[in-house]
Amino acid sequence: MITRRRVVAGSAGALLLAGVAGSRAFGADETIADQLLALPGKRPLIKRSFRPPNFETPLADLRQQFTANDAFFVRYHLASIPEVDARTWRLRVAGASVQRPLELSLDELKRSFEHVKLAAVNQCSGNRRGLFTPRAGGVQWTYGAMGNAMWGGVRLRDVLNRAGVSKDALEVVLDGADQQVLPATPDFVKSVPVDRALDEHTLIAFEMNGRPLPHWNGAPARLVVPGWTATYWVKHLTSIRVEPKAFDGFWMKSAYRIPTARFAGARFASQENAETTPITEIMINSLVTSHTDGQRLDRGRPAELAGWAWDGGSGISTVETSLDEGRSWRPATLGEAPSAYSWHGFRVPLDTSKPGPQRISVRATGRNGARQPEQLTPNPAGYHHNIIQTLTLEVA
Amino acid sequence: MNAPLRCLAVLCSMLTASLALGASEDTIELHDAPDRDLVAARCSICHSVDYVPMNAPVFDRAGWQKSVRKMIDAFGAPISEDDAKRIVEYLGNNY
Repeated sequence: MITRRRVVAGSAGALLLAGVAGSRAFGADETIADQLLALPGKRPLIKRSFRPPNFETPLADLRQQFTANDAFFVRYHLASIPEVDARTWRLRVAGASVQRPLELSLDELKRSFEHVKLAAVNQCSGNRRGLFTPRAGGVQWTYGAMGNAMWGGVRLRDVLNRAGVSKDALEVVLDGADQQVLPATPDFVKSVPVDRALDEHTLIAFEMNGRPLPHWNGAPARLVVPGWTATYWVKHLTSIRVEPKAFDGFWMKSAYRIPTARFAGARFASQENAETTPITEIMINSLVTSHTDGQRLDRGRPAELAGWAWDGGSGISTVETSLDEGRSWRPATLGEAPSAYSWHGFRVPLDTSKPGPQRISVRATGRNGARQPEQLTPNPAGYHHNIIQTLTLEVA
Repeated sequence: MNAPLRCLAVLCSMLTASLALGASEDTIELHDAPDRDLVAARCSICHSVDYVPMNAPVFDRAGWQKSVRKMIDAFGAPISEDDAKRIVEYLGNNY
């Protein structure tokens, strides 16, 4: 058990680099400025909470095809977070539906299985919760509880096949080294359907953008479930269990659930009930990174609106912009993406010839036909915020 | 790195150092009102109390009540019924 003291020491080391990163409404009569703070090994990020550490990537750090490791968002549920020693770390593969339980060191994991790389968006289920109407309780993220990275590791499938998966396997249960402070608090343990675990794109990653995983992003190895929200991408992975029955832990049965049959996306049948079902795939979405709402443009100076579009892995078919509140749409230029699970760049020239305000909306459509909606689908936890973004730009 | 850039880097690191004071959870100040210390002591067993101002725009008294119940019932927070009432009272009145 790791003591709280150690974690507190980690957060006390955060550096305050700038007082104001923008401000948000805070209650009826006060505003609180976002704080930009640097965790050890990270550049300054928007601090949402110190302990457990929840730090959001500022928009300015989301402009690259791959989000820098030291700018990548940090999200924990529980505050006992060990600095895992890669030399003594072991990954255990076991469970009632495993034929030959395994225990692997990091070297063995790297040596024994084929190495693969995959570009994929890692997005928190609650990304943009702070923009939800009606408001939803929890970490009040805006746009930056997400990033895109080139993940390097081995296929979970290859590891599971080495251990031997029985025919009765239903779910694969994943646990990491981070723990609860109080024994009575449920440990953060997740499960995925066995077919998703055996998908060729589900990885045990030990690299991010060609470098070892940063501590705050799950060193020495984490799960990568491309196309699914980050709740399944268990960090500091230590235990993989294959089980013939549905896992009944708090983080599956009570948390990370959405109303049943209200959202598109993969079903998680063994965890579903009449009212709620686990969140699964990332919804079609886009983000303008070149400009922010209210920004001024110089009259007559060429300007371009740019950003990213992504979904749960079908890939992006079109990104369109509208200058008339969505009555008519024109296609933006879509860039090449390194994979269907990566975000895809888009750009469109802005008209700066006439002075005055202009409203510009952006919507993405996936290759599966799903399109960003105008309205949020209400859900108590504030998940799946993916509505069309509209910015007002002022030419002067 | 050329000389002007190096100079800039040194200046930046000095600025960083001068601003580095007070960037820990110990600097979070909850509104001064009865039972503030109780709230700080109980909530901070498991998490920093910046969760309180962060959720101030979201929760009314009923929302805080639900949140405190969740901490006790789902997360096993060691909070007596009497303390739970006082914590909800403080949060409802001040956030």
